[in-house]
Amino acid sequence: MTTTTLEEQIHGGHGAHPEEVDYLRAKRGIWSWMTTVDHKRIGVMYMVGTLLGFLVAGVLALIFRADLMTPDSELGRELYNKLFTLHGAIMVFIFIIPAIPAALGNFFLPLMLGTKDVAFPRLNLMSFYVWVLGLIVLLAAIIAGNLDTGWTFYTPYSIKSNADGSGNIAPLVLATTGAFILGFSSILTGVNFIVTVHKMRAPGMTWNRMPLFVWASYATAVIQVLATPVLAITLLLLMLENVFQIGIFNPAWGGDPVLFQHFFWFYSHPAVYIMILPAFGIISETISVHSKKHIFGYKAIALSSVAIAIISFLVWGHHMFVSGQSEFAAALFSFLTFAVAVPTAIKVFSWVATLYKGVITWNASMLYTLTFLFTFTIGGLTGIFLGALSVDIHFHDSYFVVAHFHYVMMGGTVIALLAGIHHWFPKMFGKMYNEGHARIGVILVFIGFNMTFFTQFMLGSQGMPRRYAEYDPVFQPYHVISSIGSFILGAGLLWTLVYLVMALKNGKKAPANPWGAASLEWATQSPPIEHNFHETPHVDTDPYNYPEIDRTAAKAHH
Amino acid sequence: MTGLFFLADASGKGFWMPPAASEYAEHVDALFMFILVLSVLFFVLLMGLTGYFAVKYKASPTNTRSSPVSHNFKLEFLWSAIPTVLLVVIFAWGFRDFTSLSATPADALELRVVGQKWNWTVSYPKLDRECTSNSSAKGENVVDFYVPVDRPFTVQLSSQDVLHSFWIPAFRVKRDAVPNRYTGYTVTPTRPGIYPVFCAEYCGDSHSQMRGTVHVLTKEEWEKDFLGTDKCKLDPKAPDYKPKLFAKYGCNTCHSVAAGRAVIVGPGLHGIYGKEEPTSAGSVKVDDDYIRESIEYPSKKIVTGFEGKNMPSFKGRVTEQELAALIDYIKSLQ
Repeated sequence: MTTTTLEEQIHGGHGAHPEEVDYLRAKRGIWSWMTTVDHKRIGVMYMVGTLLGFLVAGVLALIFRADLMTPDSELGRELYNKLFTLHGAIMVFIFIIPAIPAALGNFFLPLMLGTKDVAFPRLNLMSFYVWVLGLIVLLAAIIAGNLDTGWTFYTPYSIKSNADGSGNIAPLVLATTGAFILGFSSILTGVNFIVTVHKMRAPGMTWNRMPLFVWASYATAVIQVLATPVLAITLLLLMLENVFQIGIFNPAWGGDPVLFQHFFWFYSHPAVYIMILPAFGIISETISVHSKKHIFGYKAIALSSVAIAIISFLVWGHHMFVSGQSEFAAALFSFLTFAVAVPTAIKVFSWVATLYKGVITWNASMLYTLTFLFTFTIGGLTGIFLGALSVDIHFHDSYFVVAHFHYVMMGGTVIALLAGIHHWFPKMFGKMYNEGHARIGVILVFIGFNMTFFTQFMLGSQGMPRRYAEYDPVFQPYHVISSIGSFILGAGLLWTLVYLVMALKNGKKAPANPWGAASLEWATQSPPIEHNFHETPHVDTDPYNYPEIDRTAAKAHH
Repeated sequence: MTGLFFLADASGKGFWMPPAASEYAEHVDALFMFILVLSVLFFVLLMGLTGYFAVKYKASPTNTRSSPVSHNFKLEFLWSAIPTVLLVVIFAWGFRDFTSLSATPADALELRVVGQKWNWTVSYPKLDRECTSNSSAKGENVVDFYVPVDRPFTVQLSSQDVLHSFWIPAFRVKRDAVPNRYTGYTVTPTRPGIYPVFCAEYCGDSHSQMRGTVHVLTKEEWEKDFLGTDKCKLDPKAPDYKPKLFAKYGCNTCHSVAAGRAVIVGPGLHGIYGKEEPTSAGSVKVDDDYIRESIEYPSKKIVTGFEGKNMPSFKGRVTEQELAALIDYIKSLQ
């Protein structure tokens, strides 16, 4: 080995500790997991839980994609409607909102900051159990309450009318409660992250030396804490309305169903940024580490996360351009929507610039990062069509929207999650996976994803509405390509699961810093010891300072 | 490569959009093309650079040192400012065309559109006509309605029950139909033809069957084939008045009238008159009174096996004369 490890740099070479028992083996038995306050174990539990949710919701999607291969519905309309409701609700509330912050964020935020744990370890464990409770309540509400409303639960359709004309809001209240409990769990994670970032950074770790994944997680945490209470207000209003029979959302009592959309999106739009900001954080890490180059525009990327977090609260009305809200409101929301596009564009430009004159390794994490640049750029650009008022009037509630948000949520967040999992897997579990196997996965996912969702842009622009169990046969060719794509995508993801589980068992032992990264999580052994570091690290440089960077060129340049 | 495929196909006729059949559609398509061209340019630029860098700077025995460049103020300023300017242009363009939807000239043809689960009723208040939907054997509910070319028409939308959305892709317009409130838009058809209409806001089981067809007629056709005929006239003396009424209230979206009594949502009605049916309140003979009660108070005696289907009450919505006509119609299904 010619390159020095990060640990040797930090400890001047004399800190080589003998291998110590890692966090996975420090305690044994299922009880030690269920009562753990170790942020790493909680992160792993979240990872297993959220990925199970992803698996279930993904299989549901494959079932109705198979149904959509023909214009008629073999499943029947009622079952089809319940399936897409479950798919959306599980994907959004159970999987994608907590997936990155609660799984990878929990595991790596303290490690990256050079601290032993998050600020409130017990609260952290509690957030996991609150999440489990929330998912039980939400699933019970949807399944037992026969909800077929889509994940957005729009009134008055979600107020199941009783035969005597009165409303039955029990399923809606229960579903909102489920979403709120899940949101509450993310508040606990958010509070933990905010305090940890403010109070527990290692000596020398100034704000400008924090890895960008930490910045992104911090911005996300702020949104989680501020946005979720709106769900509680919605819940309270729903209950007040039904106990006192005052019209708030229910038109039968003189309420305004569009008001429910305002409340719903006031939470759910910032939630979109809860889903995507941590993904931006991952890409900022992986693109820099695997090209051995200092991230381009550190401050711009860090501050654009904060800017996005703030503006994200002010754009919810773009979900309602055709709902009958006033034109003035529509204009304002359209303008603010374009305002949020600018910091997002800055990030993409900065990532591409990071590749310039790097030393780029084409490993699985980097290939997923490049895939992210491809798919997320399409997701972002198609958002411009939807932000433009006149064009949105045509595209609203069509497959174009479905394609757009899958390019952002899946092409953005899920692909970034895959980049992150491949980047940090050796650290988390101490094992290397097979790069050849991973490359097959990347190719399948890339082809499958684009086949599935690119066709849906054409479907939408040509006039295919979303949430249709049956459709006009003219749309069939695109639906067939999309469905075949989804099976390829499913196969790619299943393959990924298989080789990663194989690697857990038979993988080669991972070194402390397999990628030659410079942030603190790589300065401890793989997997880390229970208390993360043998001694508190001292930080005197930024996290993107690689030995490969040609310092002489900088001097010659100036 | 993908970028080129994108551009080549996008320029192909009709690759993205259905034929543009209204003034508004032409405006939408122009802005769509503007954004598309910009998007393709930016996408090709970004992916071209990404691919070029990824290949050119791949780690190799000759490429072991990376550049120390970590920021460049001029570059960062440019790539913030240029998108900002472009986005402001797109915003203003989109807003300008959007406002045209709510400008209603005095000579506009007035249409009143009511959505209910799961059909549309399109009426012409000044022409005393009302187009109701026809249902096919497959359960599609399609309303046919007619507008003249080159004359603006304005749609006043409302809903009997839940949210719906009245989308005419060829005109590029849609707006939600909301209970308790009117919404709407004004649009000018420019090309004669027959174009599909969809419900775009999810509204339950048969959402995908809530459809329509708009016939854009030339001036002569409008005079001769619409105004000169009794299309869409609801005439109580006409032979098809009763089935039309049955469709107008959406009865057909849940109750089949064909022999065999296939179940759509509720019980099929063919041959039901005079039969004994098991219900939640014991066995009941289906007569005029029971049908009347089932229309006005559907939950009183629910036919066994259909509990929880929650048929809405039509009390207050159906007049005495219409009730009689509906009962006669069900009686005739033998």
